[in-house]
Amino acid sequence: MQVQSMFFKRRASEKLADGLLQANMRKAKGKFVDARAKSVLEFGNWEPLRDYAAKLRDAALADLDAYLVEFEKNATARGSVVHWAETAEEACEIIAKIAKDNGVRKVTKSKSMVSEEVNLNERLEAAGVQVVETDLGEYILQLAHEPPSHIVAPAIHKSKEQVADLFTEAHGKPRITQIDALTREAREQLRGHFLSADMGITGSNFLVAETGTTLTVTNEGNADLVTTIPRIHCVIAGIEKVIPTLEDFACLVRLLPRSAIGQSITNYLTLTTGVKGPGDADGPEQMHIVLVDAGRTKFVGTDLQEMLRCIRCGACMNHCPVYQNIGGHAYGWVYPGPMGSVLTPVYVGIENAGDLPNAATFCGECAVACPVKIPLPDLMRKLRERQFEGHLRPWPERLGIHAWSALAVRPGLYAFAMKWAARVGSWLGGRDGLIHSLPGLDGWTKGRDMPAPSGRTFRDLYRERQGRR
Amino acid sequence: MKVGLFVTCLVDVARPGIGFAALKLLESAGCEVVVPATQTCCGQPGYNSGAREITRTLARKVLAEFKDCDYVVAPSGSCSGQVKASYAQDLFKDDPDRAEFEKLAAKWYELSDFLVNVLQVQSVPGRFEGTVTYHDSCSGLRELGIKMQPRFLLSMAGASVAEMAEAEKCCGFGGTFSIKLGEISTRMCENKCASARATGAKAIVGGDLGCLLNIEGRLRREGDHETKVLHFAQVIAGEG
Repeated sequence: MQVQSMFFKRRASEKLADGLLQANMRKAKGKFVDARAKSVLEFGNWEPLRDYAAKLRDAALADLDAYLVEFEKNATARGSVVHWAETAEEACEIIAKIAKDNGVRKVTKSKSMVSEEVNLNERLEAAGVQVVETDLGEYILQLAHEPPSHIVAPAIHKSKEQVADLFTEAHGKPRITQIDALTREAREQLRGHFLSADMGITGSNFLVAETGTTLTVTNEGNADLVTTIPRIHCVIAGIEKVIPTLEDFACLVRLLPRSAIGQSITNYLTLTTGVKGPGDADGPEQMHIVLVDAGRTKFVGTDLQEMLRCIRCGACMNHCPVYQNIGGHAYGWVYPGPMGSVLTPVYVGIENAGDLPNAATFCGECAVACPVKIPLPDLMRKLRERQFEGHLRPWPERLGIHAWSALAVRPGLYAFAMKWAARVGSWLGGRDGLIHSLPGLDGWTKGRDMPAPSGRTFRDLYRERQGRR
Repeated sequence: MKVGLFVTCLVDVARPGIGFAALKLLESAGCEVVVPATQTCCGQPGYNSGAREITRTLARKVLAEFKDCDYVVAPSGSCSGQVKASYAQDLFKDDPDRAEFEKLAAKWYELSDFLVNVLQVQSVPGRFEGTVTYHDSCSGLRELGIKMQPRFLLSMAGASVAEMAEAEKCCGFGGTFSIKLGEISTRMCENKCASARATGAKAIVGGDLGCLLNIEGRLRREGDHETKVLHFAQVIAGEG
């Protein structure tokens, strides 16, 4: 996906003015949040589980290299071929080559965000391979030629009416708007593709080092069909997805669906370990696992490493008041919301995504919701520190910080400046005590008045009061 | 009991009345209140703008000013969160002075928390007739657990609190965020104002002046000049 994050402000502004999107977002808002809250309450012992999961993820990341090698060894022993891709381009090249070498003409895919990251569909289509997304949300977006706006619910920004329009055009059938009927229609369309695909591509929620297993969580069961029917199964996964044992998965899978959509258990868990063995009823003849770096190692060993704990549940964006108002597309790349505001600047360069770490009030809802306790506001602040130290923010902002700090450390000068700020501010406020516009603060005054200072500072009034005593 | 009042930079310049309300509440509860004259800011604007070194300098200044107090009280969850959750835990994490900042954090209280949990006041000077709605500011709520304390105090003053939908949702202030990303900030505030107004309360009350200026500014821009926007200290001190 082309990086558009440098246009965040403009895109956010467009999304705020998009009435249809706003209506769709309002409908979706709170749905996941309420469902999660309910399932967390039902679970009961949630906080210890989060603590444990965070430790578990940290332990895996601390020995990432060793677990990856262990995973490779065990996957290879089961007949899988493990490929290492340092960059997005390499990942695409590897998969395109597998397709070419095996005469693959049609690929079915279950949802994979890393494939969005590396532009896999585009690369395969350029090589003449037909790619069919089989996750319902992704299927809708493929018809609409749009990227996902949410990592779990990719088409959350669309209404059922918009989906109905897309289906009518693509399927040439009478327009229907009931959700179950639309789902049935997509299912009928997809069935033929499932049966005729040469290669299935899936992402992976977790890579289990001890067994060489790749694990995929879905609600639609499409990953089952993508992994078992075609003769080749190809997994594309980020290197941070590795966990030491299946036991670890038992913990993480309690957190993942509850945090994502308030489900106590996901409908399908697809575990794939190697190729079809003698006596197996089904399974692929070839299994390829492409392990992708594409920026992940830039987190390793830094003060941002905690970000790699992420299990891609989407709770941070569901709870984020900024995301709730602008939707995922405003962020301009694959990963929206708070997790994206940390990942994107590191993956694509902070100079291309400078507004993202700043697109947060640090309200803290994301950090509270995160199942693996990633301190997202702290990580965004660390990125802001990099920006400040690297002089990467606009000069008026930098000047403002320097002016403020020069005053704040000099109490005499500060008192003098505030005396005048209070006086001038009060005068600007006029009779109604409101400043309607102020140069340099138009970010505020465009949509709000600035309640004017009352005229005297506390420190002056307090000194007078003490003098009278 | 010597209590240092951390006025906060916003209260100092924009709403000194909140500072005096806090002073009145503490003094009427029998505290000996000191107000160090050199105090300026807790450093949060710099901290959240990535200016770490400057923030450390300001943190040392705050420490020096309030070291001799038995307690420090601020009419703000946001500034208190900065002192209690960021100085020792982040800014001085690996510093020899970390213990000093931990001591400061331990004796530092947000005003409503101090009144309810340390002083355990049984009455307040102010009276408020009618219904208010309370906006939970993010730092106070999520960093310090300020939730029931201000509501308890408001009810002592006779106010009835009507809960708005999403009382815990950010109002969109976020310090410099409100200017850097003004459009998004405004939309968040619009939502907050709509939730608050739907309660029919005659005042929106909160514990952080930043949020209150944001909410008041949006209400007035929408043409609402009736709904009052007040700090809880003003209400319970009888200075609303």
